[in-house]
Formats: sequence, structure tokens, C-alpha cells
Amino acid sequence: MTDDLRTDLLPAQDTLVDRKIVRWYFLAAITYLFISLVGGFLMALQLLNWNPHSNLEFASPGRWRMIHTNAIAYGFLANAFLGALHWAVPRLTLRPVASRMLSYAIFCAWQVVVVATAVGLVLGEAQALEWGETPVWIDPVALLGLLLVAINFMTPIVKAKGPLYVTLWYFMAAFVWTFLTYAMGNFVPEYWLSGSSAGAVGGLFIHDLVGLFVTPLGWGLMYYFVPIMLSRPIWSHGLSLIGFWGLAFFYPLNGIHHFLYTPIPMFLQYGAVIATVAVELVVTTVIINFFATLWGRGREFWDNIPIRWFYTGMVFYFLTCLQCALQVTLTFQALIHFTDWVVGHAHLVMFGVFSLWLLGMMTYLFPRLLGVEWYSRRLLEWHFWLSAIGILVMASDLILGGVLQGYWWASLEPWETSVDGSYPFWLVRVFAGVVIVAGQICFVYNLAKTYGLARKAGTLSSAAANEATA
Amino acid sequence: MFESKSGILAIAGLGFFALAFVSNALLPALMYQDLPEQTVEEVVNANVLVQFEDLAKRFPDAFSEHYGEPTKEACAEALELGRKIYVGEGCWHCHSQFIRPVSNEDERWGPVAESWEYQNELQRPVLFGTRRVGPDLSREAGVRSNDWHAVHFYQPDMVSPNSPMPRYEWFFDESPDAPNKRGLAIITFVQWLGSWRGEYPSYDELPDMSVTELPPPPPQPAVQNGNAAGGNGDGGQANNN
Repeated sequence: MTDDLRTDLLPAQDTLVDRKIVRWYFLAAITYLFISLVGGFLMALQLLNWNPHSNLEFASPGRWRMIHTNAIAYGFLANAFLGALHWAVPRLTLRPVASRMLSYAIFCAWQVVVVATAVGLVLGEAQALEWGETPVWIDPVALLGLLLVAINFMTPIVKAKGPLYVTLWYFMAAFVWTFLTYAMGNFVPEYWLSGSSAGAVGGLFIHDLVGLFVTPLGWGLMYYFVPIMLSRPIWSHGLSLIGFWGLAFFYPLNGIHHFLYTPIPMFLQYGAVIATVAVELVVTTVIINFFATLWGRGREFWDNIPIRWFYTGMVFYFLTCLQCALQVTLTFQALIHFTDWVVGHAHLVMFGVFSLWLLGMMTYLFPRLLGVEWYSRRLLEWHFWLSAIGILVMASDLILGGVLQGYWWASLEPWETSVDGSYPFWLVRVFAGVVIVAGQICFVYNLAKTYGLARKAGTLSSAAANEATA
Repeated sequence: MFESKSGILAIAGLGFFALAFVSNALLPALMYQDLPEQTVEEVVNANVLVQFEDLAKRFPDAFSEHYGEPTKEACAEALELGRKIYVGEGCWHCHSQFIRPVSNEDERWGPVAESWEYQNELQRPVLFGTRRVGPDLSREAGVRSNDWHAVHFYQPDMVSPNSPMPRYEWFFDESPDAPNKRGLAIITFVQWLGSWRGEYPSYDELPDMSVTELPPPPPQPAVQNGNAAGGNGDGGQANNN
């Protein structure tokens, strides 16, 4: 939208956005997405006792389970976010990032961090911090990388004049939060605190990683892409303010809800429960704001594939937050904690919301990065429907299985009852996983073909792509 | 303020984060500051030493090669390595280490978790866990014999039918009666979990279950009896199922 207005006053595309770095980040992200899927499969097959490599130490499902989560958080989500930031921040601030050299240096450093994490986990060097199993000797490097990311993107934001758009509020806060969260989670329970208080910090870390790194970047990008693609402003600026400040205040206070009924002081657990329910109220305002923005243009949901990715992700976001407000109550916790319910919830958040959004952004951006249209719209459709249906089936299956596990445990049935009873649910989960993978294969094939088209058309260089999409 | 750079960076970015850190992390840390953190040497207790000595007797060659004599220091070393394996293999992603006061968990496993139990170096970072595919392990010490654990780590479904737990053959030199350094360490670590409690359910004190005196095979754990190496291996079964 902004591009069409007074383009004569705007800096040329090419001085702003370096398309190559965006493409590099997206390709790296897709690579790690597949590595993560392999890890998930190894664990899922192990639960069915179908593990094909049961006596290979370096293929042990326990280790690959950690690669599964770390590859999705630091390999897929982080890389895809960085790529999208390289597109959005310069266009919002009308200034390039601090330094292109720095961008490439960060890109390389971050891949070293992710690969070293994977190697460390395969070798059995994990750190006992969920979602932060990165071996302790990599933590300082990762932290330095996050600092450089903040510098690279904050430079144009600080220089920008006039009122700041909502997206930039989220980004600025996210740069501060991600750095602090990573430092807190990786260093405090390792070197300073132990026991229950370390558990409290671990809970904060699990939660802040989702809430203060992934969520603000995700919503910031939604506030950027949705109005552009619908060619209309966000419905209510007031609700945008409530959404941002509500998230900023309540989200960090949620951490301990991951460890309810532990020896962590009970009044702190109550506090986390209340803050979590408050987050759900804030989330509702954001969802209302976005659906009101779409209001009257519902047809776009079917015609515009990226919009479909985004709004499907938002529906899942609302569901997962609603689920969160329920499951965080102590009554629910007694039943569903430790079960597959939580696993289903985590998949719904990480894949159903944020991965869907990022895949939608890639669907929107690749033609603009390559200067050619997608090779096949039909494959884009398959990619969407297989991903969306796959995650819906997987999450529902695990959530239902979790309820049953909770009842089996509480009823003091022998432990084996819950394991045997979970088998059908674990089986369905594997097939849902196959559906998701099939969707991603459609995407990668489509992408390879589109790259071929771009090579033929000669639009791969940044300048040529610029002309092609001008 | 609500839309300015300084407001967002200082209040939302730093301020709210700090508020959460103070109220959700520093506060419990202050509350527990009178609970001293024990070192690994300090958490080696008589119960786990009994198990450690038992390992020395059962697997004398491997034990003397890797740990020498079953001393307190050697046990601390095994515990540290055992914890590293427990973390590195991702055991904590399928086994929790805390008993909740709800869902009949104290009936199934034993006393509800208390803060002091976690105030030591081996809980740094703490191993509460967030998922139970397998049972909680914080009351596992002394429930099963070292032989049972050796077989179970080598091939879980030999003693626990249909178990979805992965095999850990790399804890052994080729066979379940030959645990290596890692195997001895992880068994020691598991036998330590809960050994600090007064209600230590040593299987040695449970009714003698040696082969000659076995009652008619009970319907449920038949396979377990058949395969457990050592006669009294699954004495604590009833307690744990």
C-alpha cells in the first residue's frame, strides 16, 4: 500500500531491502524445518516401538526430540523471522539495516549456533533447560548474535522520524525481550540458582521464549502484512494499543504456570494463573481487531492464499489461548499436566500459529524476492490444506489423548494402561505428521520449480527482481 | 509514552520484564535463601551408597575399571556423570521428578515433593520435567534392583512389556550384564532419586522373593518375573504400578 503512495518520495527498493539475505534466511529456515520434522518422526515412531535405528546412539529418539524442538525454535522460526524482518523493518522505517556486512555476518553466526546446537544435542551435551537445551558453551555465542541482531535492526528504527507504527512497537520490545530472556533462562538456573527457584526461572524462560520472542515478532509482522494485503488500515488503533501493552504487562508474569503444584510457593502459582487468564482477555481484543479488519472482505480468505495462512493461524491462536486460559486453572492442571494435552497445545502454538504465519509470509514474499510468480498455485493450495488439516488433526488427537491419560493416571490403573491406551493416539499423530510433511514437500518442490523459472527469466539478482516486480 | 520509542523500550521492554523477573524469580530465590544448596558430595547418602556397593559386587570388573572402590567420592562422580546422561539422553522429557499433591500421585509414588529436596547441585537446572510418558522417577530409589535397571536400560520391554522407552545399548559392553561407565553412572543416578527420604523403600527389606519361594505367578506381571535378572528384582513392583 505504502509503495503506491507518492513513490517518487520513497527511496528505491534496492537501497532498502536486500532480497538475497531474505532468501538465504528463508532457505535456511526451510532446511531446519525438515530437520525438525525428522526429529519429531523419530520420537513419534519410538512411541509406537517402530524405531528403525534403535541401537544407534546418535539417532536416539531422546536426543532427536530435543533437536525437534530446538530446530523449530532456533532453526525454523528464528531464521524465518530474521528473513521477514529484513523485508519489513527497512520498508517501515524507509532506512536500510545498520550494515549489510553485519547482516551476512549474523546470518553465518546464527547458522553456526543452530548447527552447533544440533551437533551438541546429538553428542549428548544438552543443557537441562526445556526449549533451551543448547549446550552451555554455545549460549554466549547465541547471546552475542541476538545483541547484533538488535543493533542491526534498531539502528534504522531509532533513526525513523514521526509516529511509530504498531509493528515497530512489537519489534523494538522483542529485541530487548529476546536478549534478556535468553540470558536469564540460560545463565540464571545454570550458574546462580538451583532447586525450586531455578524451576521458576525455567518456567519463565519456556514461557517468555514463546511470549516475548516468537509472539511479538509474529504479531508485529501480522500488523505489517495484513493491512498491506487487504489495502486497508487496521480496524482500531485503540485495540492495537491495548493488545501491545496488555501483552507486554501480563505475558512475562505467566512463567510459573508451567510448574503448577510444584514446591514453588503457591501464591506465586496463583499469580501466574491469574496473569494467564488476563492474557486471554488481551488476546481476544487483538483477534477482534484483526477480524474487524477483514470484515466485509471475507472473500479474500479464499482467494488470497497468504491471507488464508494468516487468518487460519489467528483462529488457531485464539483456540490455543482459550485452551491456555482453561488448562492453566488448577482444576484442569490436576488432570492434564504431564499428558499429551500439553504436547498438543505446544504443536498448535508453534506450528499451527507461528509456522503457518511464516509459511504464509514466504508464500507472499517469494514471488517478490524472485521476480516471478509461483510455479503452481495448485501446489500452494496443497501446501496450505495439508499443513492446516495435519496440525488440526495432530493437535486434536493429542489433546483428547491427554485427557484420557490424565484419567488413567488419577484412577491408579497400572502405568501400562496409560501407555497401551495412548497407542492409537500416537498412531494417529504419526499419520497427521505424514500429512504435514507431505504439505511441506509440495512447498519445496514448488519453490524449486519457481527458482528454475526465475533463473530462466534472469530475475534472481536483486536489481532484476526489482524491475520485474516494480 | 505508549507509542514512543523510549516508552516502549524502557517500560515494556525493560520495566515489565524486570517486574516479572523480580516477582517470579527473585522472590522465590529470596524465600529459599535459608535453604543451603548441597554439593554433590553432600547428597551422597547411605542408601545410595548401598546401591553403589551393590553395583561394585555385581559388576566387579567394569566397576573397578571405571570407579575403583565404591567410595563416597566415586559415588559423587557417578552421580554427576549419571545426571549428565539423564539430561543428554532426554530422559527428563519423558519422566518427571516431582510428585504433585493431586491426581492420587502420592498413592502411586509416595510423598509429595518438597522444596528442600531440590536444593542441590544435581538440580541445577532443576529436573522437574513437563511430560510423563513413563512414570515419575523422584521416588525411584531402592524400588527396583540394579539388575532390573541394567536389563531395563539395555532393552526396556524385556522387563516392562510394550514399553515405548528407547533402548540404551551404548550404556553396555554388548550385553545387559556388562554395563560400562555410563551404564553404572545412570543406574547410580536413578537409585539416588528419592534415596534422601526417610521412607526409602529398599527392595532388600521387602518380603523375600527368591525363586524357590515364589508364589504362584500372578496374572499381571508374569513377564517381568521371568526376565528380571536376580531373583528379587521386582519386589517393589506393587508399590510403583
